[in-house]
Amino acid sequence: MFKHTLRVAVVFGFMLTNSIAFAETTLVAVAANFSKPMTEIAAEFAKTTGHSAKLSFGSSGKFVSQIENAAPFEIFLSADESGPEKLEQSGLAVAGSRFNYALGKLVLWSATDNYVDGQGKVLSNGSFKHIAIADPKLAPYGAAAVEVIKNLKLSDKLKPLLVQGENIAQTQQFISTGNAELGFIALSQVYENGKISSGSGWIVPDQLHAPIRQSAVLLNLGAENPAAQALLSFLNSTTAKAIISRYGYDLPQ
Amino acid sequence: MLSASDLDTLLLTLKLASLATLIMLLIGTPLAWWLSRTQSAWKGVINAIVALPLVLPPTVLGFYLLLALGPHGAIGQLTRWLGIGGLPFTFAGLVLASVLYSLPFVVQPLQTAFAAIDQRWLDTAATLRASRLDSFFSVILPLAKHGFLSASVLGFAHTVGEFGVVLMVGGNIPDQTRVVSVQIYNHVEALEYGQAHGLAAVLLVFSFSVLLVLYSVNHKRWDGLR
Repeated sequence: MFKHTLRVAVVFGFMLTNSIAFAETTLVAVAANFSKPMTEIAAEFAKTTGHSAKLSFGSSGKFVSQIENAAPFEIFLSADESGPEKLEQSGLAVAGSRFNYALGKLVLWSATDNYVDGQGKVLSNGSFKHIAIADPKLAPYGAAAVEVIKNLKLSDKLKPLLVQGENIAQTQQFISTGNAELGFIALSQVYENGKISSGSGWIVPDQLHAPIRQSAVLLNLGAENPAAQALLSFLNSTTAKAIISRYGYDLPQ
Repeated sequence: MLSASDLDTLLLTLKLASLATLIMLLIGTPLAWWLSRTQSAWKGVINAIVALPLVLPPTVLGFYLLLALGPHGAIGQLTRWLGIGGLPFTFAGLVLASVLYSLPFVVQPLQTAFAAIDQRWLDTAATLRASRLDSFFSVILPLAKHGFLSASVLGFAHTVGEFGVVLMVGGNIPDQTRVVSVQIYNHVEALEYGQAHGLAAVLLVFSFSVLLVLYSVNHKRWDGLR
C-alpha cells in the first residue's frame, strides 16, 4: 500500500515538474507610466500562455543605468525610444527586437475638481505655489512637460514653481496628496473607461511636444527564455492593444 | 571636477545638517536628561518613539510626512493657518524631516553620557547653592562632553547621509531641497558617472574622517580612564 502511494506520488511529482518546465517566468522592467496597463496585460498573458511575468516599475532612465550594470531584467518597456536604442547599440539588447508598443499622452492634472480647465489656461492664470513634473533627465514624460512649458512660453513664470518627482508615479503622488496643486503626468495614471477618473485635467495636444514613442526591447538575458519572447508578441495582440488604448494611449501605426 | 550645481548641493547639505544638529541638540538635551533620570512609566514609550527612525525605512517617515504636512494633514493645516504655508518642497520642511529622522543619533549618546553622571556630583553642586543652570554648565556639560561630541557628530553626519526622506518630501529643487545624496542619485540615474564619482568621493572622505575623529577621541578617553 505504502509502495503504491509512493509510486503515485513520484509520477505526480514528475507531471508537476514537467508542467513547471513549460511555464517560464520572465522579469520585466516597466516604465512607471505603464504600470496599470501592464499589470492587466501580465494577468491576461498568464491566463493565455501559462507563462508568468514579474514586473518592476521605475523611471526609464533608472532602468537603463541598472541594465547597463547587469540588472537581471529580460524585457525593458521604456517610456521612450532612446533608452532601448542605447541598450541595443551597446549590445545589451537583442538587435532588431525593438518596437513601439504605445504613444504616450501627457495630461496636466490636479486632484481638485474643476481646478484644471479644458484648455490648460490655469497654467497662465492660476495662482498656484507648486507644479509637479517628473525629472526631465530621467523620465521622458518630464522632458515632454518641460517642452510644453517652453512652447507655451511660460518658462519664466513656471520654472520657480517646479517640483520634480524621481519618476512619474512619485510626481502623481505629489499632486494627489495636494502638496503640489497640479502637475504634468501620464494620462494613463488617471484615465479609466474613456475619461479622467478623479480630479480635473487637460489632455495636452500632441503638437506641443515631441511624440512620446514608448518602446519595448528584448534584453540579452531574455533571448533564450520562451516566456520573454511570448510576452513581447503578446504585447502586439488585440487583447493587449485593447488594454493599452483603454488607458488613453494612442497605438502606433 | 565638481560643477557649480554640485557645489551648491554641498553647501545646501552643510547648511541643512548644521541647522538640524543645532535644533536636535536643543531638543535632545532636555529629552535625554529626562530619559536618563526619570522613573516614569512613559519612559519606555518615549524611548521607543525617539528610536523609531532607526528601524523604520525612511520611505515610511517620508510618506507620513508628505501626508501630515500636506494641505489635508494636521501639521499642514496648522502651518497654513499660521501663515507659514506648506512645508513640503521647502528648506524648512527638510529641516523638520531631518530633525525627526536623526534625533535618535543625538539623544542616545547624550542619554548614555547623562546616565553615567553620578547623582552625588549634582547633590554636591546643589548644597553649594549652584543654580540648576549653573550646575548644567559647570557639572553636567564637562562630564558629558564626549556625549555631546558624539551626539553632534553623529547627528550631523547622519543628516548629511539622509536620502530617502528627502527624496519623498523634497521635490529636488535647486538651492532649496536638492541635497548631495539626491544629486548623486540623479547623476547615477542619468548615467553621469563622472560627476557622481566626484561627489560620492567627497562624501566618502567626509564620512570616514568624521568617524575617524570620533573614534580616535573616544579611544583616548578610554585610555585616560584606565
